[in-house]
Amino acid sequence: MLLLDCPWCGKRDQTEFSYGGEAHIDRPIKPVEKSDSDWGQYVFFRANPKGYHRERWMHAQGCRRWFNLMRHTVTNEIKGSYKPGETFPPVSPKENQND
Amino acid sequence: MINRLSQGGRIDRSKPLAFEFDGKTYQGFQGDTLASALLANDIRLVARSFKYHRPRGIMSAGLEEPNALVCHLATSGDEPNRLATELMLYDGLKATSQNNWPNLKNDINAVNSLFARFIPAGFYYKTFMKPHGWWHKVYEPVIRAASGIGKSPERDDTSRYEARNAFCDVLVVGSGVSGLMAALTAGRSGAKVMLVEAAHEFGGHLLDHPGTPIDGAPASTWIENTAKELKTLDNVTVMDRTLAFGYYDHNLIAASQRIDGNVTERLWRIRAKQVILATGAIERPLVFADNDRPGVMLAGAVATYINRHAVLPGKQVVVFTNNDTAYHTALAAKGAGGDVTIIDTRKVSGSALSTKAREAGIAIHTNAAVVAVKGKQRVTAVQVGTLSDNKQAIASVGEVLPCDLLAMSGGWSPTVQLHMQGRGKLVWNDELAIMQPSEVSITEPHVCAGSANGAFDLASGLQDAIQQTEKVLQRLGMDASATVVPEASGANDLATIEPVWRVPVLKGKRFHEFQNDSTAEDLSLAVREGLISVEHVKRYTTTGMATDQGKTANLNGLAIIAEELDRAIPEVGTTTFRPPFHPVTFGMLANTRQRDFFAPIRKTPIHEWHEKWGAPMEPVGDWLRPWWFPKDGEDMHASVTRECLAVRGGVGMADASTLGKIDIQGKDAAEFLNRVYTNAWSKLKPGHCRYGLMLNEQGFVFDDGVTTCLSDDHFHMTTTSGGAARVMTWLEDWAQTEWSDLDVSLTSVTEQWAVMQLSGPRARDVLARLTDIDLDKEAFPFMTMREGKIAGVDARVFRISFTGELSYEINVPSRFGLYVWEQIFAAGEADNITPYGNEAMHVLRAEKGFIIVGQDTDGTVTPMDLGMDWIVSKVKPDFLGKRSFDRPAIKDGKRKHLVGLMTEDPKVVLPDGVHLTEQKDVKIPVTTDGYVTSTYFSPVLGHSIAMGMVDDGRDRMGQTLFAQMLDGSSIPVKIGQSVFYDKEGERTRG
Repeated sequence: MLLLDCPWCGKRDQTEFSYGGEAHIDRPIKPVEKSDSDWGQYVFFRANPKGYHRERWMHAQGCRRWFNLMRHTVTNEIKGSYKPGETFPPVSPKENQND
Repeated sequence: MINRLSQGGRIDRSKPLAFEFDGKTYQGFQGDTLASALLANDIRLVARSFKYHRPRGIMSAGLEEPNALVCHLATSGDEPNRLATELMLYDGLKATSQNNWPNLKNDINAVNSLFARFIPAGFYYKTFMKPHGWWHKVYEPVIRAASGIGKSPERDDTSRYEARNAFCDVLVVGSGVSGLMAALTAGRSGAKVMLVEAAHEFGGHLLDHPGTPIDGAPASTWIENTAKELKTLDNVTVMDRTLAFGYYDHNLIAASQRIDGNVTERLWRIRAKQVILATGAIERPLVFADNDRPGVMLAGAVATYINRHAVLPGKQVVVFTNNDTAYHTALAAKGAGGDVTIIDTRKVSGSALSTKAREAGIAIHTNAAVVAVKGKQRVTAVQVGTLSDNKQAIASVGEVLPCDLLAMSGGWSPTVQLHMQGRGKLVWNDELAIMQPSEVSITEPHVCAGSANGAFDLASGLQDAIQQTEKVLQRLGMDASATVVPEASGANDLATIEPVWRVPVLKGKRFHEFQNDSTAEDLSLAVREGLISVEHVKRYTTTGMATDQGKTANLNGLAIIAEELDRAIPEVGTTTFRPPFHPVTFGMLANTRQRDFFAPIRKTPIHEWHEKWGAPMEPVGDWLRPWWFPKDGEDMHASVTRECLAVRGGVGMADASTLGKIDIQGKDAAEFLNRVYTNAWSKLKPGHCRYGLMLNEQGFVFDDGVTTCLSDDHFHMTTTSGGAARVMTWLEDWAQTEWSDLDVSLTSVTEQWAVMQLSGPRARDVLARLTDIDLDKEAFPFMTMREGKIAGVDARVFRISFTGELSYEINVPSRFGLYVWEQIFAAGEADNITPYGNEAMHVLRAEKGFIIVGQDTDGTVTPMDLGMDWIVSKVKPDFLGKRSFDRPAIKDGKRKHLVGLMTEDPKVVLPDGVHLTEQKDVKIPVTTDGYVTSTYFSPVLGHSIAMGMVDDGRDRMGQTLFAQMLDGSSIPVKIGQSVFYDKEGERTRG
């Protein structure tokens, strides 16, 4: 069971959270102007990387707030978590080497 | 107790305990395990093996035991597959042997043994292939009946289980010499420490060497003092009989704690900042002829029985070894009065220990091996042979040595299971012939210490424990106390090992895996048949797949595979280690979450009233809702019919408190609703209600409900009962992330309001008796809300309808729910007010063609598919899901439409989910034209009704389809409108 760091409440067991998939998928401002393909990318396509992954979680059994965190999908290492709108230091390509 | 020594050991001779095994009564002492007590009584045969039903005895003294599985008949329930070696004796303990018939001594299935050469590895894969279908009906049941271990208990389990969470800086697993030393070092430094030990007392294998000096005193004294100091430290928690069985992500360790003689058990979830795995080592058997005979034991276990339990399990003892560690057993057995001979596969044995053994009068055969074992249900003699130069053949056959106990040692393997579960890695140590921990994971920060880390002798075990503890304290940013390494000496006896992975055989089977009856020959066969990967060999031969997960077998298996493949052991690799390290009970894993506490139950404020009526309950999500309200012994159909007709003709009342309710506030609340619903909300005036459909971004319906404007910046949203939590999370997501610029806040108020649905032509008359609200239909029209008092209680009354009749949804604070319900019921008595349940509500709404999201929709349905274009705004530039309407698959593709379906025969009610085809006679498999989503008998119409999703359904009005029944018959149905009753909605608005 993962130990997740809620930016507001601190570290809590995974059972308190719900998962929200890949982070930083912006909803198009004017969807009608998007091509089918662009809209399809937004709705259906996700990176699913082997390595570091920025993803969304919600502290459902706690403060009920959404936040982002960066987790390594192989080792489950968590680099850190951050509030919506905040930025997090990017990961260098070297750091993101796969296991 | 003929094998009990008159003195020594750690048992309490003043506390004799009576116990029963296979119906016979024996005696043991406090401090015995069932295994030590059985051995004290000279019981050798305790089990039959899994496949061949070979007689088996006790092989080990710990949780690595592969053979001695018994059924523990506890007062609180039967516990199959308990290890006799870890089941602590208590007065009145009852246990039986398993996997034998009619009894342990004469087991019919032992005949399997005679056919052993015909049932090698992969036997089941190769045989029983034909005829088709026989595996399921014939082969499998027969094989299952003959093989296997314990039987599932039939008695109810009345034990108490519970779970606890714990947090600490340092968790130490294991209380052998290095575990104690590590816990002490960390404890003295002020860290919050937990120490867990699987056995009932601290000390581990050090208890088998009680006289060895540490700091000038006997080891037993050092253990006692250390344990005592740990218990005095406030920052240290020590627990015995607590087995760490799983190492999960981010240093979560699961442990099971046994509380008393019965099976009361506690699950610990320990989140540790750092973990020290001082899990010790497990001795390996030698793989030689008939090494599974009762009386063949691990040498270390024999030392345990002598030193801890004062039991010498035999008088004529042969010690068979490839390393020096077993010499301690030889000396202990000799000291306990045994007649001891050592058979050593090594050419010379010139260590100090061997000198000591010779001086004690123990005969040592070097370059020798046990090449055959005599005695089936107990060892009576061994055949000694001289080994060839490469030790792979018998050079000459020597004497037959009578013996009744054979203590073997093939070396020791660090207990690395938890380390590996914690994403650790292993490295091969050729000197000690072990796989030992190398790297540890960065996400599961831990260290291994002592023999688990390859530090086998006492002095280096102590030193390693301190060093590793200093390492974890440093990681925690804490200073290690200045701990002096206790003075201890002793050679690394394991360093003398010269492995012989397969001992040449004169006659007999060489087991490397006892519990699943897998032999060295099975491994060779697997490799010969082309299985190269260790993971494949494992599955083919079932090596390491028994309940013991190959604790004694894994390395021997690997080494034999390596020899067969002519590769080095580390090249073969290991199989994956997964939790649990040791079998645990389902009861403990479920702990308190069973029976009434299995899942949370949500009850409405009016629940009590429904129960009093005797209404059966229907689970809806976590909620319990009254299903129907039977009168005078009515069945469901009669009750639902009466309830429906009451609503259509008079007045009924339903408890709709389970509806999801979300309070939405903020100046951008209306704009927020504009974005999440398909229709427009900006112009909704206070006091007005509107129905809304919510879509996901794929354009599919995912919830619906009525939302009411309370004031310009305040709305009351309702959702489906089951979807409430999902909708709340969905709305919070948009409000918090994508549209954080909107001023809107959301609060779930589902449980704050009790909701009564008063419905029927007489509803207005009944309500008028209790309220000051003007109920005139001009003053309080359909789709509006009024606030006022109902029976003296502040209420919000919504004129909305799910039944199609004149309806009021009366919301009062939950605590007044039951009171108001009772008041309305009393006020309606003159009108024969009828409570109606969930089923009637569903029938009534289906008569009106109202959908239930999740029943009539399945997550692939658009509003247009439902024929609900009227609710999709053409004006709004955007709302969630809108853009997806233009995706080719939705715009141009063939869609299923929601339609009404009528059977020819009014009495025939279609089954739920039945598929529809254009042709009457079809041959399966067939592509169908659609399926039924809702189907009921409508009392008011006197006709069955159904809704369903049908390909291009709206363009096929009047067509006949055929509902294909499971028995091959079919029912003709006609496609029509999905509104069956009061199509103009006069009754609703009346």
